[in-house]
Amino acid sequence: MKTIEELNKIRVEKRVELDLRKNTNADTREKHILVCNGTGCTSSKSPLILENFKKIIKEKGLTNVRVIKTGCFGLCAKGPIVIIRPEDTFYAMVKPEDCEEIIESHIIQGKVVERLLCKDIDGTKVTKLDDLTFYKKQKRIALKNCGVINPEDIDEYIAFDGYRALARVLIEMSQDEVIETIDKSGLRGRGGAGFPTGKKWKLTKEAKGETKYVVCNADEGDPGAFMDRSILEGDPHSVLEAMEIAGFAIGANKGYIYVRAEYPIAVQRLKIAIEQARKYGILGKNIFGTSFDFDIEIRLGAGAFVCGEETALLESIEGRRGQPRVKPPYPAESGLWGCPTLINNVETYSNIAQIILKGAEWYSSIGTATSKGTKVFALGGNVNNVGLVEVPMGTTLREIVYDIGGGIPNGRDFKAAQTGGPSGGCIPKEHLDTPIDYESLKEIGSMMGSGGLIVMDDTKCMVCLAKFYLEFTVSESCGKCTPCRIGTKRMLEILEKLCSGEGTEYDIYRLEKLAVNIKKASICGLGQSAPNPVISTLKYFREEFRQHAIEKECKTMECKALAKIEINEEKCKACGLCQKNCPTNAIEGEGREKRHINQDKCIKCTTCIRSCPFQAIG
Amino acid sequence: MCRRCVATCKNVQNIGAIDCIERGFDSCISTTYDHSLNDVNCTFCGQCIESCPTGALHEKENINDVWAKLKDPDYFVVVQTAPSVRVALGEEFGMEIGTNVTGKMVSALKNLGFDKVFDTNTGADFTIMEEATEFVKRFKENDNLPMTTSCCPGWVRFAEMEYPENLSHLSSCKSPHQMFGAIIKSYYAEKNNIDPNKIYAVSVMPCIAKKYEAKRDEMEVNGIRDVDAVITTRELARMIKQANIEFDKLEDDTFDNPMGEATGAAAIFGVTGGVMEAALRTAYELITGEELKKLEFESVRGTKGIKKASVQIGDKEIKVAVAHGLSNARKIMEEIKNGTADYSFVEVMACPGGCIMGGGQPIKNSKTRMTVDVAGKRAEAMYSIDERSTIRKSHENPILKEIYKEYIGNPGEHKAHELLHTHYNEMEEYRI
Repeated sequence: MKTIEELNKIRVEKRVELDLRKNTNADTREKHILVCNGTGCTSSKSPLILENFKKIIKEKGLTNVRVIKTGCFGLCAKGPIVIIRPEDTFYAMVKPEDCEEIIESHIIQGKVVERLLCKDIDGTKVTKLDDLTFYKKQKRIALKNCGVINPEDIDEYIAFDGYRALARVLIEMSQDEVIETIDKSGLRGRGGAGFPTGKKWKLTKEAKGETKYVVCNADEGDPGAFMDRSILEGDPHSVLEAMEIAGFAIGANKGYIYVRAEYPIAVQRLKIAIEQARKYGILGKNIFGTSFDFDIEIRLGAGAFVCGEETALLESIEGRRGQPRVKPPYPAESGLWGCPTLINNVETYSNIAQIILKGAEWYSSIGTATSKGTKVFALGGNVNNVGLVEVPMGTTLREIVYDIGGGIPNGRDFKAAQTGGPSGGCIPKEHLDTPIDYESLKEIGSMMGSGGLIVMDDTKCMVCLAKFYLEFTVSESCGKCTPCRIGTKRMLEILEKLCSGEGTEYDIYRLEKLAVNIKKASICGLGQSAPNPVISTLKYFREEFRQHAIEKECKTMECKALAKIEINEEKCKACGLCQKNCPTNAIEGEGREKRHINQDKCIKCTTCIRSCPFQAIG
Repeated sequence: MCRRCVATCKNVQNIGAIDCIERGFDSCISTTYDHSLNDVNCTFCGQCIESCPTGALHEKENINDVWAKLKDPDYFVVVQTAPSVRVALGEEFGMEIGTNVTGKMVSALKNLGFDKVFDTNTGADFTIMEEATEFVKRFKENDNLPMTTSCCPGWVRFAEMEYPENLSHLSSCKSPHQMFGAIIKSYYAEKNNIDPNKIYAVSVMPCIAKKYEAKRDEMEVNGIRDVDAVITTRELARMIKQANIEFDKLEDDTFDNPMGEATGAAAIFGVTGGVMEAALRTAYELITGEELKKLEFESVRGTKGIKKASVQIGDKEIKVAVAHGLSNARKIMEEIKNGTADYSFVEVMACPGGCIMGGGQPIKNSKTRMTVDVAGKRAEAMYSIDERSTIRKSHENPILKEIYKEYIGNPGEHKAHELLHTHYNEMEEYRI
């Protein structure tokens, strides 16, 4: 394929065929069974479900049913997920053996399989995907195609306006017009720092140099983050298209996608997508008959977190040890092999095509004054609906945690949420109503980060949390600059001291001082943000640190050395359940006697606390 | 972890034997997979040590071996000092850069208890005799030109590892101190009735690679090692300090004869272009049979990375090149490999500036190196030794004439080959 006419033809024809995917009242006899094949569902056997469906359909000779492999639907906690279109029935936690029943009952007899329906937060069973509260407050731009199309079929992407933005850019727009549109839309980098994307494109375009490069940063390393992975798995072409648009805008002919080797499915789908795009002539020479050439290569990361930092990523692409360069010069001036290089994150790219198609005004109408558009979050931790959510900027944390996330499990209380992974900070209860955007998160001592959002209930010890993140940064520090290499290790040692009950008040002072200095003196984002979890937990939970240091007590019992479990004699009804469950026979007392714990034998496993029906132990 | 050593190895010397390994807190400077330096492409030039601001890198010390032998009455301990040591040793005792401390150095060595103190410059004269003879022969026969020098062990190891197929271009001459060690343990031992097995030959060198060279299998004659121990200029200074000798108050002394007589040509061996200049002085007279009027070859002097010159000898024009620093050596070798090199004679020294800036020399901090022309000052001192010499051509050294006449025969012939020449091994497995 070479011309835009051919592209349009595919779109129109295919769109009719796929109308039922988006239109519940579509006039069709066909049914599409969509099976999630994201990483989460894949790990709970969704490929087998897909196979089973195909096998059964073949056996029964059904001709009007198609089984389609899709990307992530978002509600990963309820996976594997199967959706049947056009009626939009949402089946959750489907097992391979359920396929027979779904085909028999739903497809053949037209009866919904009640037992596989998903329960909403209030306990009612919901039939349709759109009726779930999880989806109600979301607005899907970056994830528009995830869970709708087959990511391994370029035609399906084209059917839903794929590569139309590229065609428009190449035929109708000049480089400056493209950059102006992106600039006006107010889109900011989704990788964490939030640098205005249009400005970055402009700088790279204006930089001197004959050869320029476009790089996609898909080295998503934050623990608990999986936004970029889901986009690559569910809609890889959107990234390719945006990279081509970026290449046109800045004057580059070559793009690199730097993706983690730990994302095998994403890598596989990217490879397929690139191959298909090349076959269609959408990648390669003289795209759509214009003089614009562009090609994309994949580079695999070898597992270093710091390679998500743009200059370390460039070093890695060049084949060297992944460690950051000193900035300036910024990559826009001197990046890959010393050439001006544009680096954007996957999620940033996935917004581009739609901004071009729907206009800057449309995009800038979403969000807050300084942060436009939507943001994808990987919601995880102590929350009912673990999964991928995309919300407009300015949505409050409370809405995300309680409305979309369905609140905290087991009736526990919200304690804090960590945004931005090991580089971000925690947000305590009192800031639950802060609208989420770049500025307000920074104000309360956290950061947007790439979009990991980990919710913690009141059983979590904040000193342990800081320790956990420091452990991560210590093992991921590249070792280039001294503050990060040695400083983070020393901070971790102090935190370990606090957790083991050997800390003093002076340690807290040292910790704070060290944190401030590391933040100031490190050369890259990793070191500069590594102390954030400590600084923010100290800001909001200083009392807990003091308890660890002075009173030698960890109220949450997470720090085993500091936990002291006792039985409240007034509440104890001498039922003996705790005694029965104690693995070390540390609980003494017989018959109707009130039980008490022998502290010498107790290993603080907290089994007794969980087994007591009267909440007498704590 | 400032990585100046890494930068020196990678960017200045173009070797890249060391880099950062491991990650984060465990990261450290080491070789590929933490192999021994011997098993990687390190040339032992020691420039990393010179660049280290904290003293985290240092040579393998041989001081204790030397002390032990000095104390042992059974051994006849002989020491020789390289041309570059005398212009730098004073710096360790607070003297100006480029101070010539030959007299004090000899005096200190005698005070330390060495039985004889000889001058490697005499060995350098031997090298010139052999090398110039070899060159004249190869030039006349057009055999494997260009011929390159082989006095620098760092360069030899570099060539063995990186250009094994071009090893035939190297001169087969041993380096001056190895030649001299062989002469001491043969001619000198015989003449003075000393058992060569009881001679312990120590070399004081500005070089780390000399330690490696002295341990090479080829560096022996009939099972007798040419040189037993090599210490650097820094190590000698340390020994003098250990012995509580007040260096600056020492009276000047002279080298022991008969092996302490040397020419001006040998004196400039330690500076880049020096070997070339000394060889040209002798080659000129060997080829033309006439006396050379102007001894200075200015075109091969100076600190330019690669110096190219063409020298008129009789009716022939000889093209020569001088490279110092291994990155420049690589450029020359690439030319030789591609067949684009039209030179006849090439001098290579592994350290930028030559031996005077060797890896065993006193360490100058970065501020000094930025503000003072260390190489220039040390070189100046060497050239002034040459100028003040009465004999300035190696082949005119009377001791050499005597030894060749009495013991060796003609340069480049049988006995000379046994004592003064060596061979090289291909070490292809180290090539990156």
